[in-house]
Amino acid sequence: MHGSSGSAVPAVAVEKLVKTFKTVEAVKGIDLVVHPGETFGFLGPNGAGKSTTIKILCTLADATSGSARVAGFDVATERDAVRRSIGLVFQEPTLDGYLTAEQNLKFHGELYGVDKSSAAQRRKDVLEMVGLWDRKDDLVQTFSGGMRRRLEIARGLLHSPKVLFLDEPTIGLDPQTRASIWQYLGELHKREEITVFVTTHYMDEAENCDRIAIIDQGRIVALDTPEALKAGVGKDRVSIATADDVAAITALKDKFGLEAKMVEGLVTFSVAEGAAFVPQLFEKLGVAIKSVAVARPTLDDVFLNFTGTSLRDAEQKGGFNPMAARFRGR
Amino acid sequence: MADTLTHTAIARVVVPKGGFGHELRATLVVWNRELIRFRRDPARVISSVIQPLLFLFVLGGGLSALVASGTGGVDFKTFLFPGVMSMSVLFTAAFAGISMVWDREFGFLREMLVAPVSTAAILTGKCLGGASVATLQAVIVILLAGLVGVPYDPLMILELLVLLFIMSFMITALGLVLASRVKQVQSAMPLVQMIITPLMFLSGALFPLSRLPAWLTVVTHINPMTYAVEPVRAVVFDRLNMSTEARAILDPGIWWGSYQVPLLLQVALVIASSLLLLLLAVKLFNRTE
Repeated sequence: MHGSSGSAVPAVAVEKLVKTFKTVEAVKGIDLVVHPGETFGFLGPNGAGKSTTIKILCTLADATSGSARVAGFDVATERDAVRRSIGLVFQEPTLDGYLTAEQNLKFHGELYGVDKSSAAQRRKDVLEMVGLWDRKDDLVQTFSGGMRRRLEIARGLLHSPKVLFLDEPTIGLDPQTRASIWQYLGELHKREEITVFVTTHYMDEAENCDRIAIIDQGRIVALDTPEALKAGVGKDRVSIATADDVAAITALKDKFGLEAKMVEGLVTFSVAEGAAFVPQLFEKLGVAIKSVAVARPTLDDVFLNFTGTSLRDAEQKGGFNPMAARFRGR
Repeated sequence: MADTLTHTAIARVVVPKGGFGHELRATLVVWNRELIRFRRDPARVISSVIQPLLFLFVLGGGLSALVASGTGGVDFKTFLFPGVMSMSVLFTAAFAGISMVWDREFGFLREMLVAPVSTAAILTGKCLGGASVATLQAVIVILLAGLVGVPYDPLMILELLVLLFIMSFMITALGLVLASRVKQVQSAMPLVQMIITPLMFLSGALFPLSRLPAWLTVVTHINPMTYAVEPVRAVVFDRLNMSTEARAILDPGIWWGSYQVPLLLQVALVIASSLLLLLLAVKLFNRTE
């Protein structure tokens, strides 16, 4: 955890935030406090209200009711103060491909009124941080998707924001590039005093956060550290390969009262303290066991636990996000 | 832990509290971006020079024999010269304004509009950029003056550059107003054609407005381009040896009833229209983005 002291001004403080679009209630009363210096994840399916919330926090949309303060400033009444205090990396690219990497940063520095005497050094620092210093004079249109995203992160940091907002920063990127983006975000804390607020619908990415809020259908359904959330599920997943799967499923029900299912060719069930359960399993099951695997709960299980549906199913029936759909459709 | 890492920490930069200096920097950098992009796009420069050449030498050359009897002895190409100059400025500036639709499509508009500066600062920069690019292109047309019998008078060139800059500022602002409404890249160019072509035909750029039917005269009088083109023509014609009769036919001036609108008032009207269009664009962008 990164220096989250209770006395400091919260990086983000949201109270009873509601956003209604005509007849649809996208955000249904969110309360949230993000401590200075933490990496805070906002996790949920597309259409859950993540992007709407982040837009309100970044002063790009007005709340219908409720209040939000970022770096101590009110998003409704102190717009420019909020904007000076935040860095933004959007889902959609916002670079000028006809400018070089460094020209994009220069443009940003002037728009944000970055002090001229230190601007050049700062540009070098942030470009080196994301590994693009040697490409600074190349036109951005020659960059790959991953390089562009890195450049956007560098640009978001250029004016030394207190809070960096990233809305689905890894959407549309391959797994390797996604991992490297998270590596840069992880290293950020070693170099800067900064709070990171990131939305994602990738469960594995949320593991990188200090704390996460799970949002579903406009409400926060859980908010804690990933470890605490997973511990809260209370059950491990046990998968066994047996000589007779049908007999094993029947025996699990009769002898242990457990509901088992076939998942990817293995008899699978959930049980508290899975590792401690395995000896009993060998002793009493009465069906030959070839192999056993015990898995600790994942954030997927957490999501399922709190919403009653898996994230993937929630995405399919949930709200429609055309941009995300376009990327996923590739 | 934190102490051992301070040597890797990046120097924080100071972001000042805004104010006029900051707004000015934003305007200048948006302006500069237009110039950088212009330099990067030689195809745009070439194509925008070819069109006025076609109008001047092909259309002008072709029609000059046909209309020779009605121009009081002045070559039709010479008459056309200020009009063609205005026309080249008109299309370039309109494109500079409407390019905001592309900025929106590629996301860069968002980068500009989320910054802690006013929309007015950004759009002013865009207008100055469009006006600079259009005026730079007009320089190429001015270089052709000798070919159509217009002398290279330094003061005339200076006056022309100022007038064309004001004209293109106004048209860029008009392009921005359109761009605030058009969200589809495909509809942007047809819309520019649809709006700009009548503005051009009804401005007196290609023929004297005195020959138009009365009801169209009303339209030409509310067309701001009319007041932008007439000073350009007057500045050029002042340097030509032209009979009074020819001048009366080819450059009758703008008359509100029996009142001849003075050139300075025309320029003032163009400046006022520029500011009104810019204000309108700011209002529309604030509301829609």
